Amino acid sequence: MRASKLFAKLLFVNELSPPRSASPQSETAAPAAGAGPVLDIRDLVVDFTGDDGVSRAVDGVSLQVPRGSTVALVGESGSGKTVISQALLGILPKKGRIVSGQMLFCDPRSGKTVDLAGLDPMSEAMRCIRGDRISIVFQEPMTALSPLHTIGDQLGEVVRLHRGVGRREARELSAEMLRLVQFPDPQRALSVYPFELSGGLRQRAVIAMALMCRPALLVADEPTTALDVTIQAEVLHLIRRVQGELDMSVLLITHDFGVVANMADHVAVIYRGRIMESGSIDDVFRHPGHPYLKSLLNAVPRFDMGPDERLQPIRPIDARPAVFLHRDRAAPESATPLLELRDVSKIYHLRRTGPAAGLRTIRAMDDVSLRVKSGECLGLVGQSGSGKTTTAKVILGAEDPDRGSVLYRFDGEARDLSTLSSAERFAFRRRVQIIFQDPFSSLSPRMTVRDILAEPLVIHKVGTPEERQERVKELIRMVGLNVSHLRRYPHSFSGGQRQRIGIARALALSPELLLCDEPVSALDVSVQAQILNLLKDLKAELGLTFVFVSHNLAVVDYIADRVAVMCAGRIVELADKRAIIEEARHPYTQALLKAIPTPSLDQKLDFAALAQEGASDPACWPEPYRLVDGMEPKLQEVAPGHFVCVPQARQRAA
Amino acid sequence: MLRYALRRLVGMIPTLFVISFLIFFIIELPPGDYLTNQIAALRAAGEGASADKIAFLRTEFALDRPFLERYLIWVGAWPGPTGFSGLIQGNWGWSFEYNQPVATVIGPALPLTIILNFATILFVYVVSLPIGVYSAMRQYSFGDYLFTFIGYIGLATPNFLLGLILLYYFNVWFGMSIGGLMDPVYVDQPWSLAKIGSVLSHLIVPTIVIGTAGTAGMIRRLRANLLDELDRQYVMTARAKGLQERRLVAKYPLRMALNPFVADIGNLIPSLVSGSVIVSVVLNLPTVGPILLDALQSQDQYLAGFILLFVAVLTLIGMLVSDLLLAVLDPRIRLGGSARS
Repeated sequence: MRASKLFAKLLFVNELSPPRSASPQSETAAPAAGAGPVLDIRDLVVDFTGDDGVSRAVDGVSLQVPRGSTVALVGESGSGKTVISQALLGILPKKGRIVSGQMLFCDPRSGKTVDLAGLDPMSEAMRCIRGDRISIVFQEPMTALSPLHTIGDQLGEVVRLHRGVGRREARELSAEMLRLVQFPDPQRALSVYPFELSGGLRQRAVIAMALMCRPALLVADEPTTALDVTIQAEVLHLIRRVQGELDMSVLLITHDFGVVANMADHVAVIYRGRIMESGSIDDVFRHPGHPYLKSLLNAVPRFDMGPDERLQPIRPIDARPAVFLHRDRAAPESATPLLELRDVSKIYHLRRTGPAAGLRTIRAMDDVSLRVKSGECLGLVGQSGSGKTTTAKVILGAEDPDRGSVLYRFDGEARDLSTLSSAERFAFRRRVQIIFQDPFSSLSPRMTVRDILAEPLVIHKVGTPEERQERVKELIRMVGLNVSHLRRYPHSFSGGQRQRIGIARALALSPELLLCDEPVSALDVSVQAQILNLLKDLKAELGLTFVFVSHNLAVVDYIADRVAVMCAGRIVELADKRAIIEEARHPYTQALLKAIPTPSLDQKLDFAALAQEGASDPACWPEPYRLVDGMEPKLQEVAPGHFVCVPQARQRAA
Repeated sequence: MLRYALRRLVGMIPTLFVISFLIFFIIELPPGDYLTNQIAALRAAGEGASADKIAFLRTEFALDRPFLERYLIWVGAWPGPTGFSGLIQGNWGWSFEYNQPVATVIGPALPLTIILNFATILFVYVVSLPIGVYSAMRQYSFGDYLFTFIGYIGLATPNFLLGLILLYYFNVWFGMSIGGLMDPVYVDQPWSLAKIGSVLSHLIVPTIVIGTAGTAGMIRRLRANLLDELDRQYVMTARAKGLQERRLVAKYPLRMALNPFVADIGNLIPSLVSGSVIVSVVLNLPTVGPILLDALQSQDQYLAGFILLFVAVLTLIGMLVSDLLLAVLDPRIRLGGSARS
């Protein structure tokens, strides 16, 4: 209803003030009767000129987007999928050049066809299509909007540019569009700056901006990759809904087969600039023909995997176990857990500077209690901001808890970390190591791999220089790299290889406990499978204990034994991984599970059901799970080893 | 916003006290003072009587008191020989070298210094903004290389040399008088339109000479900032809207790149004053620079101290202006960088 009012307005505007350009694409005309494709890419070739010569990023790609449908372009990073989207909009980087091929765009409104490849990207004709008839949604909502301009300014700019409307009318249309994408309080949102919004709301604003001129084709370049699963589900639902209402075609670029299965009508799989396979979603999922597609599908962790089933990485790595790490670890089968957190709370005070100075408190951990046994893998799952990383930091001893204690078992005896002397703390650091999320910033660019791997040994004065070199060689082989790689610097490695170097560094001191903080979330699916398998093998071979932090339940399910689900600084559910996935009790866990898109056509997301829940707000949970300020999150055992958070009124003084 | 400005203004007061203390401390570091030096010189010349008179002056100006007391008397927070009479009360001190109050010595130089500084800062910004934007937009073009080359020459050429060359040609081409900030004809005359015109035309050479190094640095900085911003995602977003390239750059990346540019206003002032001392001597400019140099050489402590404090105040004002401008330009600073809702 609201949407129809909006269209009326947009069309009205269109008639009143025709676009200033003479471009044939933006004329108002009767919709074309023919149901030909909106976009027809034929033999597109794009070259990039770099310092080391010319490389072919897109190599003869042909692709059609039928009117009103969603076509998914799937591939790993570097496969050329983003280059295609940039070529389409005429926003290729300076180094990129369309060599040959056609990109026929047929605007259903005017019925005219134009070859985008033949237009000068800076020409007026192209500028009139870009942002008006074809628009794009980028991956990173945090950086896609200018931080210095209000949402209303950035949205309104589109209609002011293409429809020639005035400032006030542009504001009205922006508010209408924000309402269409279900922005809370659209009027107020117009004068808000992007940094004041959460990631999900920003992405909504970006989508609203792309829809302002009611484009015939929306290019969505990884629109949900940077978002949490529940928000991802909301955004996908949103794209689906407006697509129907606006009669729009969508070119969805993604690497996530779960998203593809839930969104696409057609699929094209791209690998190294070439389309490997394309067809209807049913064909591609039920009868994958090309081996590359098959192996891609096999590399994604699924919930229905057997207990001993392994992921099949596309390029398996040849890892050789390091002998020096094999110590006799089977020994202490003790009743004392290796690690225990007792009612740990951590509160951050954010000091705001500038004219609006003040203090804001964030409860990052609220009465968190955990036990980790030797040799197990505990998965820690939650959305961004749920306190997972703070928990990891507290375990590492990098942050001191405000309340509660962290106990670690030294030679059979549990010790509180806060009571350790500085020498004991130094020794403790050897026992607990961490693998970071971002393999690009966690390795010093000024050190060779050899120095990176040897540094922990030097700091802790392990062995003679010769022994250290031996260890470094074993470490690099253990993660499937060569001794010849030791001389190189991190920049010459891919993301997956760097992450392996990070793993080798973490294992250099043969720790007992390894904290993995989102170790695969920055990696492609195929590389993710490599790393997960490597971690799994290392854990089994070396008898390591893992605390595995991730926002991806499927990944945690693949590697963990038990899973703790966190939300808003609390552990809401803790159980064996099968129990979490099959018999989740807590409403938040259930919502999380429901929001995960599975790469299978038989378990599609129930968007309608998802839209109704405010699952990540503890005050909205149904009784008895409802949690408001002043209540104590108590874990209750509902089945053997299965704990659910049932809040109680706080008894002791805070 | 007003409260923010007021808070910053109040915050400047303790800063000024700390700066004044440091200045006083550093000036007093060399052994002795102006009068002991004078006494030694007179004794050597056998004029003991005058030396006695100077010793009387020592008590008169409280130079025989301990360090802290001298400092407080100078600031005006402690009663001196003539009661409370210091900077706070508006007494800028006594210049021994000129045997006049500091106010009389540097009074005429202060407004000219401020005008020259202001003109130079304006010159730096007006010249470097368009060139910086051009160099970034046309990276590695002929124009970019040319401006880079000129900029490096500007950085590397000694300022006084450039000043002499420019003075010569201005004299040959336009018949302008050499040195000073006005034609000698007007020096002792009351202010008139012709005198103002003479001052303005005489400002050109020193402004260019003092400003070149700052301009060259500023161009490099703006170019680098803008180049960083041009690759950002939000620029791509704006381009994908169909915006024209010029409007796009002016609206989005340039505004982001302006932040460090604006933040430099405060930093520019002290470097201009201290950097312009030699130029002022060579071009015979009646600014505080040469007076400061003399005062430091002859240990004329109150004069030197006051000039240093004056530069510090200018710097603080520059910082305040840049902070306020930043708050206006950047909502993240204005709104405190955290969510409102």
